[in-house]
Amino acid sequence: MTFLSKRDVLKGAAALGLSAFAVRVSAAPAAEAITPALIEAAKKEGKLSFYTAMDLQFAERLGKTFEAKYPGIAVRVERSGAERVFQRIGQEYASNIHACDVVNTADQAHCIIWKRNGWLAPYIPEEVAKHFDRRFYDPEGHSITTRILISPFGYNTDQVKKEDAPKSFKDLLDPKWKGKMVKAHPAYSGTIMNSTFQTARDLGWDYLVKLATQNVMQVQSATDTPKRIALGERAIMVDGAGYLVIRNKEAGQPVDIIYPEEGTPLATSPSAVFKDAPNPNAARLFQNWMHSREAQQVLVDFARQYSPHDQTVEKPGVRKLADIKLMKEDPEAILTQAEDVKKRYSEIFKV
Amino acid sequence: MTIALPSTPASPQRKYGVDFTKPVLYGFAAVLCVLIVLPLSWLFFYSVTDGKGSVTLSNFIRLFTDPTFLDPLMTTFIVATCSAVICCAVAAPMGWLVARTDLPYSGIIRALVTASFVTPPFLGAIAWEVLAAPNSGLLNKIFRSLTGAEADVHIFNIYSMEGLIFVISCYTFPYVFVLVANSLDRTPGELEDASSILGGGRWYTARRITIPLVLPALLAGALVAFLQAMTLFGSPAILALPAGFHTMTTKIWSLFQYPPKPELAAAASLPLLVLTVFLLRAEHMILGRRGYSVVGGKYGAPRLIPLHNWRWAAFIICLLVLMLPVFLPYAALFNAAFSPVATTFLTFKNATMHNIYFVLFELSAASLALKNTVILGTATATIGTMIAVIIAYVTARQAVRGWRVLGFLATAPIAIPGIVLGVGLFLSYTRPPFVLYGTLWILLIAFVTIALPSAYQQLQAAFRTIHPELEDASRILGATRLRSLWQITAPLLRTGVIATWCFIFVGVMRELSAAIILFTSETKVISVLIYDLNESGDLGAIAVIGIGMLIITFAVVFAVNRIPGFGQVRFRN
Repeated sequence: MTFLSKRDVLKGAAALGLSAFAVRVSAAPAAEAITPALIEAAKKEGKLSFYTAMDLQFAERLGKTFEAKYPGIAVRVERSGAERVFQRIGQEYASNIHACDVVNTADQAHCIIWKRNGWLAPYIPEEVAKHFDRRFYDPEGHSITTRILISPFGYNTDQVKKEDAPKSFKDLLDPKWKGKMVKAHPAYSGTIMNSTFQTARDLGWDYLVKLATQNVMQVQSATDTPKRIALGERAIMVDGAGYLVIRNKEAGQPVDIIYPEEGTPLATSPSAVFKDAPNPNAARLFQNWMHSREAQQVLVDFARQYSPHDQTVEKPGVRKLADIKLMKEDPEAILTQAEDVKKRYSEIFKV
Repeated sequence: MTIALPSTPASPQRKYGVDFTKPVLYGFAAVLCVLIVLPLSWLFFYSVTDGKGSVTLSNFIRLFTDPTFLDPLMTTFIVATCSAVICCAVAAPMGWLVARTDLPYSGIIRALVTASFVTPPFLGAIAWEVLAAPNSGLLNKIFRSLTGAEADVHIFNIYSMEGLIFVISCYTFPYVFVLVANSLDRTPGELEDASSILGGGRWYTARRITIPLVLPALLAGALVAFLQAMTLFGSPAILALPAGFHTMTTKIWSLFQYPPKPELAAAASLPLLVLTVFLLRAEHMILGRRGYSVVGGKYGAPRLIPLHNWRWAAFIICLLVLMLPVFLPYAALFNAAFSPVATTFLTFKNATMHNIYFVLFELSAASLALKNTVILGTATATIGTMIAVIIAYVTARQAVRGWRVLGFLATAPIAIPGIVLGVGLFLSYTRPPFVLYGTLWILLIAFVTIALPSAYQQLQAAFRTIHPELEDASRILGATRLRSLWQITAPLLRTGVIATWCFIFVGVMRELSAAIILFTSETKVISVLIYDLNESGDLGAIAVIGIGMLIITFAVVFAVNRIPGFGQVRFRN
């Protein structure tokens, strides 16, 4: 395990040139590079578990790319919705089961809670310190934003013509979309927790009550709604992983994305290393590599998501994040209101 | 049975060693008590406490006043009742055709019913999503292309209460079929002959003799079907949630979402438990009267009714019905496994090996889940068979005082629905002194408990076929009870034991409702993995894993049927 000495901490603070900051937050760790010693120690452990909410195909691709780069370290992906990952880790920790090495959720509030519980290990990879905007990582290094997700609309281009497609949240209330929409669940998905919270805040719960009368098909995962419109099961995706709509479109499936006029819900997706990780070195190596330019470029090219790494090269075909009108993320509010959101949602949508 | 010697007279003749019989048996009784009593006690305790541990009835008040609980309760009742009625309406005529008429190839019909029996219900539900989702479902697509109907016109909507009832019936009717067919197989032909001799016509005989004789089995089948439909978790979770409603099992499961509400989950489990116990008592009372049909000595084989011109029509109707649980879903899984998008029709041009490659080489959770499933299947089958053999022996031979208690304990878990057992075990084993949550042990306990009643019943039936005088001879010659069991009875029972072992193994692979509450990331099993994949919409991967599961299952069932003299055993639950 990499424990930090007081000297390391001071060195880190000095490197950042923020002595005042160092006084306020004494735990700020030094940025760490991938050293031969870390690789060696990680290989001795030989494996790691990665709990994540990202789409399974991408998560497995990420794991395989890592395995190819560091042979002898097997990545086991545990994929579920972010809220379900949160529930699983909570249930496991309550029974003293510390099985998770690295987690990637789609709900910043989770990392706030885990950090508060003292479950996370502070760890800042070198490239994060150099190439990530300060708002993309916890100053004490407990979590790092790995990907930036949006939850736009999507539609099946065989079933709906571009000019007929809904342009705004308000359009979805048109009776002509009754029975033609699919939506994911905030008790399962972190992206949808964010989008539900933001929609309710900006448009009012009243909006969701009206939407529920439109006979909306309810699935669980934000990665499922894009698949449902690709199957042609429903014409309109109300919320879900925008990146999968783009991926499916690029794979030749009849789908396209819509950025609603009122704003597109936003969810930044943080990763963290657990303090009691069973494979602490492999966990740090993976966390470090996942935020390197190499892995972040896979995120952009293969998964079609937005990267917080300032050296990744954009691949054409996706609208720039800066050009999208985004809703505002508010993890602190979700922290206190998540339970209320789930409760009201299940009252409105009956599941 | 009355010929069996009481245990005491044999004791003075014992020459070698100590007779471990009694300690072993009391040990088993104690183990069974812990298996059953511990989870149920915690369940009761939690249901009458609030989060802080003080006694309250508020959980039950909420359960019976809050519409978010009342609605699922009503839904469950409707779904279970309708499923039971449909199962009887389909299975009774089919059972009669197979057992009592000269239906051609009735062996094939029986085999296909067995196939729908062993198909995991959650897999069937997912396959039916591919077939009958209103817009993308293959059947609806065929309908639209045949009729030229508009894009959003559909004839089937699987995401509805009717759809759920249909899919549950598909995989529940075999329970009724087996009961009815077995009962008809056993009903003596002489009674019907007597009716004919006295001038009763064929249909008069059927109405006045055959149907009344089989009615108790049919009612019992209806109850079993009701229980199955009521306690199933997978199908409602897959079909009801997208349609926007809960059943009790999915509601209980949702109570474990963060922040978990174990008290409410426990309270919501109790109605299922109480209703199951009540219905099983009712079944017992109904079946208890069945004895009258087999009074007297040996009867001839039942007389087959000739169907004449209707033979092939009946056969084809049976095949058409069996398309629904077997042919169509299997074809849908095959389509989903090899086509680029699950609901695109497979052609030679678009066929892809992507899903197979993904499952075999990329899906990193699969190997651990497979390993866990194999370990649990083997361990559950071995331990479950051992316990069942010993208890079946004790009750069949009435070997110790209190054998009735052992028999009761071994059948008691049948009254505990899987998800209720899951909740009970979760509450029992996430706390000291037995912190088993997160290990395979808690799943092993759950699976053994679930498997025990049917294993016990199968083996007890097997013991009845072996006359006790063989063991008595061994004991007179000085062997202890365990030794005679080992040297005399065990070899005679071999086929029965192997069959039971295999059926438990197959049963473990399809168990979802207890596993969904008890798994952790390290102890995931295949059924839970499939459920996870369904939530994220990865139908192609599910199809590949599902086909693999079916191949293993059929290999096991086929192997068991090849064991000489054991073709008659079917699943019981």
